[in-house]
Amino acid sequence: MSETVELPLHAVAHSRAGDKGNRSNMSLIPYDPALYPLLAEQVTEARVLALFAHRGATRCTRYALPLLHAFNFVVDDVLEGGVNGSLNLDGHGKTHSFRLLSLTVRVPGELAPR
Amino acid sequence: MSFLVGNGGGFSGDRVDAPIPVVRSLVARGLPAALFFETLGERTVALAQLERRRDPELGYEPMLERLLEPILADCFRHRIPILGNFGAANPPAAARLVARLALRLGLPELKIATISGDDVSTSIALDQLPVHEADDSIDTKSARLVAANAYIGAEPLVDALRQGADVVVAGRTSDPALAIAPLVHHFGWAFDDWQRLAVGAACGHLLECGSQVTGGVFWDPGFKDIPDPANIGFPIAEVTAEGGLIITKPEDTGGIVDLRTVKEQLLYELHDPARYITPDVVLDISGCTVEQVGKDRVVVRGLAGHPRPETLKVTACFEGTWLGEGEVSVAGPNALARARATADVLLQRLKLRALPVRPRVDLIGIASVLDSDDGALWRGYNGPEPPEVRIRLAVEGADRDAVDQAAREVLALLCCGTAGTGGARWRLTPRILTRSYLVLRERVPTGVKVRTAAEMVA
Repeated sequence: MSETVELPLHAVAHSRAGDKGNRSNMSLIPYDPALYPLLAEQVTEARVLALFAHRGATRCTRYALPLLHAFNFVVDDVLEGGVNGSLNLDGHGKTHSFRLLSLTVRVPGELAPR
Repeated sequence: MSFLVGNGGGFSGDRVDAPIPVVRSLVARGLPAALFFETLGERTVALAQLERRRDPELGYEPMLERLLEPILADCFRHRIPILGNFGAANPPAAARLVARLALRLGLPELKIATISGDDVSTSIALDQLPVHEADDSIDTKSARLVAANAYIGAEPLVDALRQGADVVVAGRTSDPALAIAPLVHHFGWAFDDWQRLAVGAACGHLLECGSQVTGGVFWDPGFKDIPDPANIGFPIAEVTAEGGLIITKPEDTGGIVDLRTVKEQLLYELHDPARYITPDVVLDISGCTVEQVGKDRVVVRGLAGHPRPETLKVTACFEGTWLGEGEVSVAGPNALARARATADVLLQRLKLRALPVRPRVDLIGIASVLDSDDGALWRGYNGPEPPEVRIRLAVEGADRDAVDQAAREVLALLCCGTAGTGGARWRLTPRILTRSYLVLRERVPTGVKVRTAAEMVA
């Protein structure tokens, strides 16, 4: 058993957010495909939903794309009414990808970035 | 032999010099090609409709002439058709602008197609349609309709190309249709060849946001670096008759095309990856793979297509409430305490004056874009003292004067605020609300009119 280290997702993965109505979608893509199973285990729908609980998010659905080594997270009711109704400066929620990337994961030392 | 599809703009507001290297590359490569512009966001058409009400010769993409002027002659001489939804709320006026530009550039024979039919604001009773997506808080019975447009597919665009159009001016189309159309026209793909249409839809989806597949909204210094972000090259796709798809970009430009940029854009604004619905085909990327086959060259394989839906999406835009915004800054020692106190006093002032508005306060630098309307994040912040904070009040309400008065409370802080308050800005903006419906496609007939620039201006 190797030591594990706790890292923000930003150290090992990248993401982009988009919107449709009052719903946000965020991709999550590990730089190293070897980390895909680990992200599948640790970055759950419940954890992502909790990240956006303060925004009133009601549901999170995770779609897995194992051939692309990517996930797509769809979070409902997170945009405070959507780009047209929101009082937020970022009504599209384009900055949300970096809230996702602030979530931490435990990574075996040999898979952690140097 | 491949057909090249270039993108010259991914939204209204994109870099206006982006099409120049794309066209230079398309010309240099000498393959059959088309160029498309996607400049019409969900609400852009409503803002354009408001422009058109003010002036019947406006209401199209305001940067249209600036975008086309440097490339129109080269595209015409090299038979590279240009397609765009830059007609927005007024495709006929946009077509007239292109005609005048063509004459000025000495291209009287340039053929311009005007696409009609997407505007359903007077032809379809919206309240009898099923609702697809809705913003909160729309009372469509009392709200005034500004625009209602159907997302039409590639068929009328293909008609235009068959009639020899050099420039195709459309209003609302589906974004991928702008790429599907030249491919269907060039290769003669059938409109029920779901497999190949899926490749066209993926090509459109990957290119429609311009630089987003070549390094835009991707670069993250130290983590995802790209060459020369001030000169990101906009994308070009190489497509074969059999449905091969390679994403690349012009040489001698900045940016990057690699597995990371392509994956991010493949999933952009997607929900179920097996069902990306377009008017021409339902795209399924769940079996998709990507492979780097050279510098800035990525092959996309494994795309699947399913039959197109019987319905089209119609997005209706309504006059909404008013948005008022005001901002001031504080800096230096004790900035955070002064920012918090300012936020509380602003909310107190709105209550004191009983202004009928819904407020929100952000502490920019502590928490804003990621925060909630009640400021859960900045109220709970216990991190280090920031060097500066910008306090932002946002309010909305139906009463224009009340919203204006609320936003001006921020201005008043220049004298009544905490020590060292400065940099006030405030503004009032009308809001547009949207609601989407589904309508049977046969209820949205489209039209195509092709004329030369000389005929149009005569």
